[in-house]
Amino acid sequence: MKTQPRLLTFLDTLALIAMIVATGMVFLYAPVERVMGEVQKVFYFHVATGWVGMLGFLVAVVAGVAYLVTRKTRWDLVGVGAIEIGLTFMLINIITGSIWARPIWNTWWTWDPRLTTATIMELVYAAYLLLRQGIDDPEKRARFGAVYAIVGFISVPLTFFSIRIYRTIHPVVIGGADPTVTGSFAMTPPMAQTFAVSLVAFSILFISLLWHRIRLGELAQRVEQLRLKWMR
Amino acid sequence: MKGFLRAMLAVLWKDLAAEVRSRELLSAMLVFALLVIFIFNFALDLEPNTRASITSGVLWVTFIFAGTLGLNRSLAIEKDRGCLDGLLLAPVDRAAIYFGKTAANLIFMLVVAAIVLPVYSVFYNINLFARPGLLLVIFLGAEGYTAIGTLLATMAVQTRTRDMLLPILLFPVVIPVLVAAVKASAGFLQTLPFEEIQPWLNLLITYDIVFTAIAFMVFDSIVEE
Amino acid sequence: MENHALIEVQGLVKRFGPKVVLRGLNFSVQPGEFVALLGPNGAGKTTFLRILASLSSPSMGMVLVAGYALPREAAAVRQRLGVVSHLPLLYGDLTAEENLRFFGKMYGVNPLESRIREVLRQVGLEKRARDLVRTFSRGMQQRLAIGRAILHDPDVLLLDEPHTGLDQDACEMLDEILKEEARRGRTIVMTSHDLARVEDLSSRFDVLSRGVICASVPKESIPKDGLLTFYRNALGHHEGKGVE
Repeated sequence: MKTQPRLLTFLDTLALIAMIVATGMVFLYAPVERVMGEVQKVFYFHVATGWVGMLGFLVAVVAGVAYLVTRKTRWDLVGVGAIEIGLTFMLINIITGSIWARPIWNTWWTWDPRLTTATIMELVYAAYLLLRQGIDDPEKRARFGAVYAIVGFISVPLTFFSIRIYRTIHPVVIGGADPTVTGSFAMTPPMAQTFAVSLVAFSILFISLLWHRIRLGELAQRVEQLRLKWMR
Repeated sequence: MKGFLRAMLAVLWKDLAAEVRSRELLSAMLVFALLVIFIFNFALDLEPNTRASITSGVLWVTFIFAGTLGLNRSLAIEKDRGCLDGLLLAPVDRAAIYFGKTAANLIFMLVVAAIVLPVYSVFYNINLFARPGLLLVIFLGAEGYTAIGTLLATMAVQTRTRDMLLPILLFPVVIPVLVAAVKASAGFLQTLPFEEIQPWLNLLITYDIVFTAIAFMVFDSIVEE
Repeated sequence: MENHALIEVQGLVKRFGPKVVLRGLNFSVQPGEFVALLGPNGAGKTTFLRILASLSSPSMGMVLVAGYALPREAAAVRQRLGVVSHLPLLYGDLTAEENLRFFGKMYGVNPLESRIREVLRQVGLEKRARDLVRTFSRGMQQRLAIGRAILHDPDVLLLDEPHTGLDQDACEMLDEILKEEARRGRTIVMTSHDLARVEDLSSRFDVLSRGVICASVPKESIPKDGLLTFYRNALGHHEGKGVE
């Protein structure tokens, strides 16, 4: 049986350390924002999880195209793994956003483009999982999954723009243009450093999780093969 | 190219001829559409003064729900008697099959619209045909909807969960069509200046082009094993 | 092609995920042969036929039909193939004539109308040409399905369990049509698990078991009513025990 590769163990450790450092920086190093207070600290992980969510969906669409071109099972494992991770992190992103919005916007939820698009994305990828569940033949499941991952991903920017024309109240912190939006703030250097470390930490975590998920999928396939061999 | 067109028209003609015969699909879509309008009437209490802003929303929800019914049926006919295999056995480009089916589904949706609009006009004493812009929006919206809908319905009928799956797959990815079509229709109904409607029309046209192109590119991989 | 085989299959493997259905199958058909493909359920007959019909891609191996490779030259193969399955592959809301007209256009048959009349006469449905297919009995539908398959005058006719669900009379009418097609020199490959049915129909019997062709014998080499013994032996040798 294949043992876990060294590099993966190293990545696991690195992810753990980076997450601890990031958490420490969020609570101990980054200053408290003047207007919003402690709740602003949710921002670091909020954006980082959103980033991992988007990264997951992006990896899935690339894997989808790669699968359709090469028809290699491994790409399907990459796709489904990336989407499972993306779904989870996007959910954390939406929940942390909600926690922040309650005191700042005075509501758990608004029909803002980013919020709405993020949630519709969750629905798209939940539909992706339901689609896969309804197909028994693994090859067809991979093909349909790849097609839907592509269709879903391309619909996202259009969804965003369609809601965008309704006007937004979501703050744009990075490269933001409009400082009058409620809840926007300027980052001080310690804030920016904490933010950068959080992004890096979550990115490493993403790679490590995806790798584990692909390994899990390959092992499951191996088990299935052995089972069929044994039954014969 | 000539073969492509011939095959596409053959598929379109076949769907229309079968429908003229049985009227199964259109009658189900129509009755369903009228029921949805009735349900909205009581659920939303469509008062004359609030109606103007709600009309376009009611119309589009009606079209989209009725459209799902039609899409499911249109592809179930192909799957049930093995006809999808029959189509795939023919020496024609798969895209011709896709465009033939999409064109048929688009026509069915437009027929439903052509009947729902006058009925709605009579019910609520408002002439929906007085606004040609609305008709353009209906065409653009229906095109985008059937382009992606035919693709996803072809996938859905090949799964175990079938009919149940189509709305779940389709609705989250047609939200841009719904938003843009509702806003553009409302704009035309309230005779807003064209500059305010134009972004929505642009969005609809973008969606139509992008998703027709995508479906064209990936259709092969959902019908070929 | 230096040899003149119409169908040439070498080392065909088909996997569904981890499941291997065809494991290195070899198969060859000369023009004019009528091959009966026998085998127990789950042996891979339908899978094999779907691959020959270009509906499914091989995972490995070479498949040539009329000199064209699958799946690369699928369009050329499709033009030369007629397929009948146990599903009718016809539209119930169209008449017999309209069904043929539709498929004729898909195959680019020319001149279409005279060919439609000819085919309808051959399958004995000219009187029902303008009736909806949904009103047809199972046997009539299956005859029309054969009409659909031979409409474009294909080199090869593939039939997957065409007798499924037919009564005695319908089976006999179907057999008459198949014999007529064989007499005209059409190459036919038919799967079946009904030995009595195929015994006097086919010119060659192949047994498919566990994903390979394990035995093949021409009709002349089999004594009268000896097909069952041959079939049993073929399966017995291959699996080391009696089956069915």
